[in-house]
Amino acid sequence: MSFLKKLLVTAAFSAAMFVNAAYAENVKIALVVKSLGNGFFDAANKGAEEAAKELGDVDVIYTGPTKATAEAQIEVINSLIAQKVNAIAVSANDADALVPVLKKAMDRGITVISWDSGVAKEGRQLHLNPSDTGLIGETIIKLAADYLPEGGDVAILSASSTATNQNAWIEAAKKVLPEKFPKIKLVATVYGDDDSAKSTDEAKGLLKSYPNLKAIIAPTTVGVVAAAQVVTDENLIGKVNVTGLALPSEFKKFIDNGASQAVALWNPIDLGYSAIYLAHDLAVKKEEAKPGATLSIGRVGKVTLDDTNSAAMAPPFQFDKTNIEKFSKIY
Amino acid sequence: MTDTPAPRHIPDRLDKPLSSAIFSWEALLVVIAVAIFAVNSFASPYFLDPWSLSDLTFNFTEKGLIALAMALLIISGEIDLSVAAIVALASTMMGMAVQTGAGTPVLVLIGIAVGLACGAFNGLLVTRLGLPSIVVTIGTMSLFRGIAFIILGDQAYKGYPESFAFFGQGYVWWVFSFELALFLFAALIYWFVLHRTSFGRRVFAIGNNPVACQFSGVRVDRIKFILFCLTGLMSGIASVLITSRLGSTRPSIAQGYELEAITMVVLGGVSILGGAGSILGVVLAAFIMGLVTFGLGLLNVPGIVMSIFIGLLLIIVIALPIVWRRLRQGRFA
Repeated sequence: MSFLKKLLVTAAFSAAMFVNAAYAENVKIALVVKSLGNGFFDAANKGAEEAAKELGDVDVIYTGPTKATAEAQIEVINSLIAQKVNAIAVSANDADALVPVLKKAMDRGITVISWDSGVAKEGRQLHLNPSDTGLIGETIIKLAADYLPEGGDVAILSASSTATNQNAWIEAAKKVLPEKFPKIKLVATVYGDDDSAKSTDEAKGLLKSYPNLKAIIAPTTVGVVAAAQVVTDENLIGKVNVTGLALPSEFKKFIDNGASQAVALWNPIDLGYSAIYLAHDLAVKKEEAKPGATLSIGRVGKVTLDDTNSAAMAPPFQFDKTNIEKFSKIY
Repeated sequence: MTDTPAPRHIPDRLDKPLSSAIFSWEALLVVIAVAIFAVNSFASPYFLDPWSLSDLTFNFTEKGLIALAMALLIISGEIDLSVAAIVALASTMMGMAVQTGAGTPVLVLIGIAVGLACGAFNGLLVTRLGLPSIVVTIGTMSLFRGIAFIILGDQAYKGYPESFAFFGQGYVWWVFSFELALFLFAALIYWFVLHRTSFGRRVFAIGNNPVACQFSGVRVDRIKFILFCLTGLMSGIASVLITSRLGSTRPSIAQGYELEAITMVVLGGVSILGGAGSILGVVLAAFIMGLVTFGLGLLNVPGIVMSIFIGLLLIIVIALPIVWRRLRQGRFA
């Protein structure tokens, strides 16, 4: 028993020491991510720290649940409300389920914005899209089509079936398909739940079910790595091209070995940076988030809010053999 | 090991070696809870705030309600792994009803009825077909959630009536939420049923020796069936609360709740082999889990460290009585 107590005390106190710095009088902005241990969000945190340094009076609390579920994220947000943070910038696991808890946060005077994966309009003051949904949808198809002059069958390996942003991109991709890429045939959309093992199984299943498959498009950093690994392992390099949205550092080896010709991604560093800037604009400078308003996002530029108080940061950026080396060292 | 094997020992009561530890088990949990509470108060200036403490209770009330019924089920020697899937299916059915314009009372009724029906289905499979409950409920876990996924796919049900929000977001008095009040009320009922009625004594007896119970005239299957129904019912109630709290339904709702509820039960001192345990222990364990996760959350400890912490707590607490028993028997070689 005494061992247990000792353990509790030690753990809690060491944790307390860790964060004591955050109790200073600065503006506290929480960067809440879908789940921790994801390279994309770690890169966003780098950008957030950069913005905090520039702004001077900001402390960033980088946090999120271990499991990418709405329930776990609500627990994290509840503890941030209790800490009386000044602003919460969240990438949501569920656009609707987070609304009540974020409304509560706003009722208690906390600035709430969403970024990356959005929250329904009534649960936040503004939303920062990494890019434009239509552009991303078109880009992910274009990435595959550019290397398929003859056309052919392609399939999508997505994150979970409830992921807000992936669903929007796939919807947009389906829309541009008939007009702009008539030779490309989308034969299936499967869900790997952003889980390596499940994504691997789903990718293998695609290759088995569609022997004429020419490309796998994975608009998720977890799925794209799993699919490229499967194509490499099954000696299908050159036959099946893997593409989608990928972190350069995680994906470099598959560009190098030819399993993939090119992938794209916006810059998560810029995204985290811009999220902190926007939260600061609203919480400290008391800017108002209303349709048509133009807000500053520091070195990245400016964004203008549309009629749902959403803004798009920048178009996705393509990585291929010519530039992957350079970007893989950044994130 | 010892040089000669110990003679086969048939105890009068299976829980006997544990009985002395059980006596102080709740006391141990209280000490742990108080210690965590004190540490939290020192570690974070935000902890001792009525609203913080109130928010804290939402971390465990829904799972705690399921854990109460699960405790009885585990004491009787069975288990139900499908509870989280029942929550998802009940929530999906409520969502469907909302689309047809159902009001709050109807929604609550549907949620509870679906939970009860799912529990009864589990109970029938276990008692009528004599299948092991772990196998049955692994199956129904996929079945129930599968139905929810087929109905909803990647969509969400929204548009719950304003008055429905009370169950998961409302307060009965000041900072005391409806969820907490309901949890404490349910705990009282379960305590009474398990510790003060002949039904409760039969649950313990079945967990210790179902065959002997059968021959003593206890209707084992019927009691087990009731326990499965109760677990389903509590899952239905939890579904009403969580759906109300989230204000929306997705098929992935309450993912992983079954393991958290079972963790509470085991941490509360219920023997995973059946036959021993108490409601007070389960309630204390629910509070401890809430205190630990919220306290660490206030310090912005990453979730993975939190999982490690809960895991350690569980292993230590389970190992404790075993180590204790070995020490007493002087066989700790």
